[in-house]
Amino acid sequence: MQKGGVIMDVTNADQARVAENAGAVAVMALHAVPADIRKSGGVARMADPQIISEIMDAVTIPVMAKVRIGHFVEAEILEALGVDMIDESEVLTAADETYHIDKVGFTVPFVCGARDLGEALRRINEGAAMIRTKGEAGTGDVKEAVRHMKKIMGSIRGLKGMNEEEQMKVSRELEAPFELVKETAEMQRLPVVNFAAGGIATPADAAMMMRLGADGIFVGSGIFKAEHPDKMAKAIVEAVNNYDKPEVLAEVSKGLGGQMKGLDIHTLSENEMLQTRGW
Amino acid sequence: MGIRIGVIALQGNIEEHVQAAERVLAERDGGEVIPIKHGGIVPSCDALIIPGGESTTIGWLMEREGIASEIKAVAEVKDIPILGTCAGLILLAKHGQIERTKQPLLGLMDVHMKRNAFGRQRESFEALLDVPVLNGDKFPAVFIRAPAITSAEKNVQVLASLDGYIVAARQKNLLALAFHPELTKDMRFHHYFVDMIRYDSDFHPA
Repeated sequence: MQKGGVIMDVTNADQARVAENAGAVAVMALHAVPADIRKSGGVARMADPQIISEIMDAVTIPVMAKVRIGHFVEAEILEALGVDMIDESEVLTAADETYHIDKVGFTVPFVCGARDLGEALRRINEGAAMIRTKGEAGTGDVKEAVRHMKKIMGSIRGLKGMNEEEQMKVSRELEAPFELVKETAEMQRLPVVNFAAGGIATPADAAMMMRLGADGIFVGSGIFKAEHPDKMAKAIVEAVNNYDKPEVLAEVSKGLGGQMKGLDIHTLSENEMLQTRGW
Repeated sequence: MGIRIGVIALQGNIEEHVQAAERVLAERDGGEVIPIKHGGIVPSCDALIIPGGESTTIGWLMEREGIASEIKAVAEVKDIPILGTCAGLILLAKHGQIERTKQPLLGLMDVHMKRNAFGRQRESFEALLDVPVLNGDKFPAVFIRAPAITSAEKNVQVLASLDGYIVAARQKNLLALAFHPELTKDMRFHHYFVDMIRYDSDFHPA
C-alpha cells in the first residue's frame, strides 16, 4: 500500500519518527545512509537486527530493510524479525555474483532495483513485489534514476501493438520471460509497482520522477543529509502529491536550508558505481 | 442526475477503488467517480471513499490540502455516505493510539481502533467473513497489515467480526471496513455502500 508515497532511509528510531511525522509511507532501516556507506567503503551488509527492531517498535508505518544481493540467509533473518518488506539491494555488497535470491519461497514481499525492463522483469519473475530504479544511490545526483526510469517506460511503450511473435523476440533480447513481457505489453505498465530511487535529493527531483511515471519515491541520503531533515521530508511528501503543480512545488521548495551536498556521478570510477551490482 | 463518488486520492489503493466504484456504478444506473487530491471537490460529491494506504500519510496530506475539514463538514452536515477501508477505517475513528503518532484523525465514528491489529506484513491474510447484511455466501476479505475496531458505542452497527475484533461496522452514513473489498471480485460491499446513497430513506429522506 505504498503507492503514491515516499519511503525514507533511516538509521535509528528518532529518524524513523521524524519520517513518520513527515508523512512517509514506510521507512528503510539501515546502519548508515548510502552516502556514508559510499564514503566508508568496505563490505556493506544487512543492518544490525537490534537497530531494525528498535525502528520497528518506534513507528506504526511499515519498516523495510536491505539485504545483500543473493544473500538468502540475511533475508530469512529479516523475515524472522518481521520486517514488512525486504530490499535486495545493490547499495550493499553483493553476496552472489550470479544469482539473486529466489524470492517466491518467502512470505515477506521484496523490492529490487532495475536499470531496464529486462532487469525489472527478471526480478519480478524471481518474486519481487515491487521494482525501483537503481539510480546511483548516495550521490544526490538524479540523472541515473532519470535514465533508468525513461529506459523502462520507453521499453514498455515500445511493446505497444506488437504481436506475439515480436513479443517473443523482445523476450529473448531482454532475457525476460515471455509471459511477463506479454502482460507488460497488455497492461502498458510493469505488473508490480515501480518506484524511483537513487540520487533523489529535493522536492523537485521527486516531482520529476513522478512526472516520468514513477508510482512513488525512495529518498535515501537526501533527507538526513539535509540541514533540516524534518522540513525536507515534509516538502518531498508534499511534492509527490503535487508533482504536476509547479506553483505548489515552488512553495514547498522555499527555505528548506542546506541540501545534501552530493556527488556528480561523472567523478566516480566504474568500480565505485553501485548500480552495476546485480544482473 | 448520476451519482458522483469521490475517492480520496492522496496515497494508497486509489486506482483499485476507482475501478471498483466505476464497475459498481456501471452495473447500476451509472454515475461518475472522481479522484480527489485537493480541496474544493468534496462538497460536490454524493459519497466518499477513503482508501487503504498509510493512515499517517493520508491523514497528514488531508489536513495539508484542506480535505479533512471538508470531509468533516459534509459528514456531519450533509450526512453523505463515507466508506473507509483499512487506513480509511483508522481515519474515521474517534479513538485509539492517537497520542503516539500525533496523527490527526477525522474522528467521525464512535469506535476505538487499533493499528496493525493482526500483525505485520507477513501476517497479512485472507478470510471468509460472515456478513449478515450481505445476502448469500461469506465475503472474501483481504487483510493487509489491517487495523481493527476494538470497541464501539451502541449507535454503531457491527457488520462483521473476526478473532474478537470488529472488522466491518456502520454508524449511520459511515461504513468502516478493516479489509480491502476493492481487491476482490466480490462487489457486494460496494453495492451495499452505493445503496446507502440512494435507497436509504433513513439517511436521505426523499
